[in-house]
Amino acid sequence: MAQAASKSKNTRRTAPPKGFALFLYRLKKSFSTPTPYLTIAGVGLWIFVYWLLCEGLRVDRFDKIPGPVAVARDWFSPEPFQGISIFTEAYWNHIYVSCRRIAIAFAIATGVGVPLGLFMGWSKKIRDYIFPILETLRPIPILAWVPLAILMLPGFEAPVIFLATLASLFVTTLNTMLGVESIDEEYFRAAGCLGSSNWDIFKNVVVPGALPFIFTGLQISIGVAWFSLVAAEMVSGDHGLGYLIVDSYVNSVTIPMVIGMLTLGLIGWLTSILVRSLGNYLMQWHVRELALQGR
Amino acid sequence: MQQENSKGAAAASKDYAIGKSKVELRNVSKSYGEEWDEQTVIEDISFELTPGDLTVVVGPSGCGKSTLVNLIAGFERPDSGEILLDGKRVTGPGKDRMVVFQETALMPWQTTYENVVFGPKLRGDMRGKELKDEAERLLAKVGLYEFMHKYPLQLSGGMQRRAELARALINKPSILIMDEPFRGLDAMSRGLMQEFFLRLFEENHRTNLFVTSEIDEAIFLADRLVILSNRPAQVRKVIDIRLPRPRHYSMLNSQEAYDYKREAMSILHDEAMRSFSSTGVSSDFTENYTAQPNA
Repeated sequence: MAQAASKSKNTRRTAPPKGFALFLYRLKKSFSTPTPYLTIAGVGLWIFVYWLLCEGLRVDRFDKIPGPVAVARDWFSPEPFQGISIFTEAYWNHIYVSCRRIAIAFAIATGVGVPLGLFMGWSKKIRDYIFPILETLRPIPILAWVPLAILMLPGFEAPVIFLATLASLFVTTLNTMLGVESIDEEYFRAAGCLGSSNWDIFKNVVVPGALPFIFTGLQISIGVAWFSLVAAEMVSGDHGLGYLIVDSYVNSVTIPMVIGMLTLGLIGWLTSILVRSLGNYLMQWHVRELALQGR
Repeated sequence: MQQENSKGAAAASKDYAIGKSKVELRNVSKSYGEEWDEQTVIEDISFELTPGDLTVVVGPSGCGKSTLVNLIAGFERPDSGEILLDGKRVTGPGKDRMVVFQETALMPWQTTYENVVFGPKLRGDMRGKELKDEAERLLAKVGLYEFMHKYPLQLSGGMQRRAELARALINKPSILIMDEPFRGLDAMSRGLMQEFFLRLFEENHRTNLFVTSEIDEAIFLADRLVILSNRPAQVRKVIDIRLPRPRHYSMLNSQEAYDYKREAMSILHDEAMRSFSSTGVSSDFTENYTAQPNA
């Protein structure tokens, strides 16, 4: 039967491109869609308005803000006027410190949040223990934790990481729990029918079934981690991009402030892409499902 | 049954020896809801799934057919009465009773092949080459050999149902329970699936419970037809369908089939009318529209 089916195929397919060739193929193909042009136009328009406000028309109050030309000149200059550029060590040090804090905070939040959420979604008993506490702590804004964090934890590093961890922990846990709840009862029944033990069900139904929600949660959580990290660095910290922004403001050097903001945006976007790619790699079935829907 | 499990290795060639279990329902009742608002879904149902027969249960939609399936599969317990499988009381789900669900319950995160080998792999009944060969044999049998490394959502509705059949059959169940398995398929695939399923059944006459709300489908497939009433479901009538096997779709046009259909329709029609009038539809409609099934 299978052989008959394969013979009936009269279309011959070429081997799919791999690795870099595949990347080039996709890139080439994307230029036949409006996407890259719209992106370039959008970014261009945004920079133009920014330039117009700050440097072109010098609108009142905007004239104190460094415009795109001033920022770019400093950012890429070996001898920056206001001390921060891609050629200075301080710039990369701030980035390194922030990234390391994010890595630690995100790792802790994911390592604790995902298992916690899985067990909360899976076992009503565990949820009954933990959910009320979680729901009480969750609405407290991260900035409200700052004094407590400084009192509780020593040095600069620990409070900042604590705050970033806390914020993303809530998001990850809640999303993971909702992910488990979203799994259709029939999958549990089918697995039970096939003779799965509880542990088998956990491994083969609960974890993979919750994965799409988990990764949606992780994407939000890494954004929240950056958000609270910078807030924490602004209040308590001696390095990092948040510190760079607030320190520049205090010292009235506005260009490093803007450089710090733009850098944050770009790195935040990059980390989000990393999380998304990891998710797509782990969830081939989900990627194909979305592809079938034309997404 | 237990013995067959241990000898599972040699069972591939002995498909004929298995699947001849008997299920008895004795005065089974089931209700849902709070004490003060109890909804009886199944009331005092007794019938048998005779060994080697295809028993089809028909009834108005929403009458409790799925609940009946859940009870026999062991996902739920009856409030009173008992369900016996070869004389032993059913207390939970087991691999001896495979369920093919209404909507597909293939794990979307596993490929078709992984879905099929899921049960035996977990239980360790078969492994290595033996399992691979058996899975491939079944996949070829249901015409999915070429698609075994696709994810379920990449398959068409009919293919998903066949994959699910393969996943059930590899466990060599003594009973196959199918809960409106072809619902949601277009008329063409539905007809094809019915014939395909019949061919599969007629190969080894496995004890089978097939639930549907389509009267033509029921008569085409059944050895015995169990007609249920409106909710709370009770057995209205059991009809032995003596159409010859192997069956062909054209047999539905015979006088014999027509007589069965007439008989079943008049009972179902009365039931439908009763539920209609109880919902307060104007009486002149229900009085004038008497039970006159047209062929």
